[in-house]
Amino acid sequence: MFGYPGGVTLPFYDALYDHPIRHVLVRHEQNAAFAAQGYARSTGKVGVCCATSGPGATNLVTGLVDAMMDSIPVVALTGQVTSKLIGSDAFQEADTFGITRSCTKHNFLVKSIADLPQTIHEAFYLASSGRPGPVLVDIPKDVFQGQAHYTPVTTIHLPGYKLNTEGHTGQIRRAAQMMWEAKRPMVYAGGGIIHSGAHEELRQLVEMLDAPTVCTLMGLGALSSTHRNFISMPGMHGSFAANMGMTQADLLIALGVRFDDRVTGRLAAFAPHAKVIHVDIDPAEIGKNRAADLPIVGDAKKVLGRLNKFLEELKPAEAPKNAAARAAWWDQMRGWRDAHPLTPEFSDEEIKPQHVMMEIDRLSAGEAIVSSDVGQHQMWAAQFIRFNHPRLWLNSGGLGSMGFGLPSAVGAQFARPDKLVFAIIGDGGFQMSIPELATLANHALPVKIVVVNNGYLGMVRQWQELFYNNRLSAVQLDTFPDAEKLAGAYGFPGRTIEKPSELRSALETAVKSPGPYLLNIRVTPFENVYPMVPAGAAINEMVLRPPQPVPVGK
Amino acid sequence: MLQIISLLVENKPGALMRVTGVLTARGFNIESLTVAKTFDPTLSRISIVVDVESSLRSQVVKQMNKLVNVLQAVDLTDGPAVARELVLIRIRANMNSRTAILKEAEIFGARIVDSSTEGFAIEATGDPEKMNEFIDIMRSYGDIEVTRSGLVAVSLDNKKLRLSPPVVREKTEPVTT
Ligand SMILES: Cc1ncc(C[n+]2csc(CCOP(=O)(O)OP(=O)(O)O)c2C)c(N)n1
Ligand SMILES: [Mg+2]
Repeated sequence: MFGYPGGVTLPFYDALYDHPIRHVLVRHEQNAAFAAQGYARSTGKVGVCCATSGPGATNLVTGLVDAMMDSIPVVALTGQVTSKLIGSDAFQEADTFGITRSCTKHNFLVKSIADLPQTIHEAFYLASSGRPGPVLVDIPKDVFQGQAHYTPVTTIHLPGYKLNTEGHTGQIRRAAQMMWEAKRPMVYAGGGIIHSGAHEELRQLVEMLDAPTVCTLMGLGALSSTHRNFISMPGMHGSFAANMGMTQADLLIALGVRFDDRVTGRLAAFAPHAKVIHVDIDPAEIGKNRAADLPIVGDAKKVLGRLNKFLEELKPAEAPKNAAARAAWWDQMRGWRDAHPLTPEFSDEEIKPQHVMMEIDRLSAGEAIVSSDVGQHQMWAAQFIRFNHPRLWLNSGGLGSMGFGLPSAVGAQFARPDKLVFAIIGDGGFQMSIPELATLANHALPVKIVVVNNGYLGMVRQWQELFYNNRLSAVQLDTFPDAEKLAGAYGFPGRTIEKPSELRSALETAVKSPGPYLLNIRVTPFENVYPMVPAGAAINEMVLRPPQPVPVGK
Repeated sequence: MLQIISLLVENKPGALMRVTGVLTARGFNIESLTVAKTFDPTLSRISIVVDVESSLRSQVVKQMNKLVNVLQAVDLTDGPAVARELVLIRIRANMNSRTAILKEAEIFGARIVDSSTEGFAIEATGDPEKMNEFIDIMRSYGDIEVTRSGLVAVSLDNKKLRLSPPVVREKTEPVTT
C-alpha cells in the first residue's frame, strides 16, 4: 500500500503501526496513486493507495483518472471527516464521493462500520474483475474509530454488475471463419490482452494465422517485440508499415483495444477496406468509435482460447484457399517495412534521444521493466525498446499524465524487486516527480532514472515548431538542477553526460550501481518524433521525416 | 433527437448522480427526469428524456448499463412503450371565463383539484404533446402557473431482467504477524 497520512486517517495509521501490511510513505498523494498503478501494471494484482480527507483525496484524482483511462486495478482508501460533520464545510472536508464519481469505476462512502468489510471486498472485486479500474472507498473518521465484530465476507452480490466473459460461441466460430477468409488480415492488439493475461493465446492466434500484428502503446509486450509477426506500434507515431497495413487490410482483428484517436487518426479514413472483428470485455467499447462487423463481448483469454480451437479445426480446409494472397500480403508488409523502417538517429557530436533508447534496449534485452513518463521520450521508448513479455512497459497511455514515470517505477520495483527497472523521464516530467527521490533513497530502491534532457517540453515544442510557426511559447526549461548534486543530496549517485561516447558506459555504470541512480543525459534539443500523423490526418498520411534540404534547381 | 431512457436502479446514494453523469460528461441536456421507488423499496425507476444525437443513443444506454447500481437501462424511444406526463396548472379565472375553462378541461380529461374565487387548480395527464396543447389553451384564458412532472414511461416489451448472481469469495485469511 502506498499512502500519506493525515488527521482523519490517524486511527487507520494507528492500526497499521503494528500490522504486517506493508505501507510505503510516498511524498505526494498523486504519487501514491501512480505507485499503486506501477505495482498493478507490473503484476496484474490490485494496487492500493491511501490518502487523508480533503487535500489528500483531491491529490489522488489525477492518478485515479489515469487508472480509469488505462483500465488499471487500483483501490484507493480515503479518510473522510466524521459522519456528523459531513456537509458542514468541516476542516479538510471535500466531497470526495462526488469528486471521484467520474474518476472511478465505482466508489463508496461507508456509512457504518458494519458495512466496512463487505465494502472493502466489493471494492477489490470490482477493481480486479471485468474491465479493471480504480475503485475508491471513502471512510469517515468515526467509522475508522468504531469497534465491531468481524464476520468474514463470504459472498459478494452486485446484481447490476454485469460481466460477460465467455463470448458468444456462434460469433466466435464466425470470427474464425472470417479470419481464414481474409486475404489481408491484421491483428490489432491492445492493453486488454495484457489485462486478461491472454498473451499466450494471442501468440498462438498470430502464429496460426500468420498475420502481421501491431500492438498499441498500451499493448506493447502483449506479443513479444522480437516475434517475427510483430510490426510495431500503430498510430500517430507508429511505423509506416503498421499504418499502411491498417489502411490496406481487409480484416482488422481488434483485440482488447478501443480505437483510440491516437491510433485511428481521422476516423472516417481509418482502415477503409477492413471488416472489423472486435473482441472486448466492455460492451460499451464495441461500436463506440468504429462499427464492428463482428462483435464479441468477452474476456480476451477465454475468447481467444476458444477461437484458436475453431481456427485449428478450420485450418486444413480453409488455410490453403488464400495462401497465395496471404503470401502477397506479407510481401507487401515487408516492402513497407524495408522502405521506411523505424530508424534511430545517431550522431558523433551530440547524443540523440533515439540513441539513448537503443542503448537502454541493449541493456534490457527485452527483459527490463521500463516505466516511462509522457512526452517525446515516451514515444521514442515505445518505438525502439523491445519487450519480450507483457507487464514490462509501464506508461500513462490514455491520460498522458506527466509525473507518472518515476512513482510508477517505485511501485513496480516494490512489486518486482528481482527486476531491473528503468524510469525514462523528460526533463519536464522529472521536475514534477522530484519529491519521490526521497522514497527511492529511503528504501534503497535500485530504480535507474534516465532523464532524457532536451531542455524543452519537447513534445509541446515539436507541435509549436510544426503547427505554430515555431513560435516557442513557454516550453523552454531553462534551469535544471545539477544531477550529481541533486542525487547526492538524497545520498545516491547521479551524473550528467552529453557526449555520445560516454553513453554506453554511463548506462552500464548506472545499471551496475547497487541502489538508485540518476543519469541526466543531455540530448539534442530540437529532435522531433517521426513518423508523425498530424492531427486530423489519416494514418497513411504520415510525415516520415523532417524536411530534408533540397538541392537548388538550375 | 429526444431519447427516452428507462432505468431500474438500486436505491443507493449517488445512483442518480452516476446516471446523470453519463449524460453530463458528454454535455447532453436533460429535458426531463423522474425518479421514484418501485414496489421493491430497494429499487428505483428513473425515466429520462434527453437530447442525444441518434448515433450516440446506444452508446449512452451501454454506458448506463455499465454502472454498478444500474440493474437495467433500456431505450424506449422506438420500442413499444406508453409515456405519460402529469401537469398541474393554477389559473386565474374571472366569472366570465370559468365555464369555458371547465369545458376545455373536460375535453382534455383534466380534473379540477381546487376551486376558489381566484380561479382553479387543474390536474391533467397525457402524452407530452397533448399536454403542450392543453397548456397553450389554458394560457389563452389568462395568467397560469405550470408544474410538469416530466415523462414517465413503461415498456410494453417483455424485456427480461438479467441480474448477476452472488459470487462466492475464496476464503481470505487475515494477515497476522
Ligand atoms: C500533467 C501534464 N501537464 C501537461 C502535459 C502536456 N504535455 C505533454 S508532453 C509535454 C512535454 C513533456 O516535456 P518533457 O517531460 O521534458 O518530455 P519531452 O517531451 O521533452 O521528452 C507536456 C507539457 C501533460 N501531458 N501532462
Ligand atoms: Mg524535455
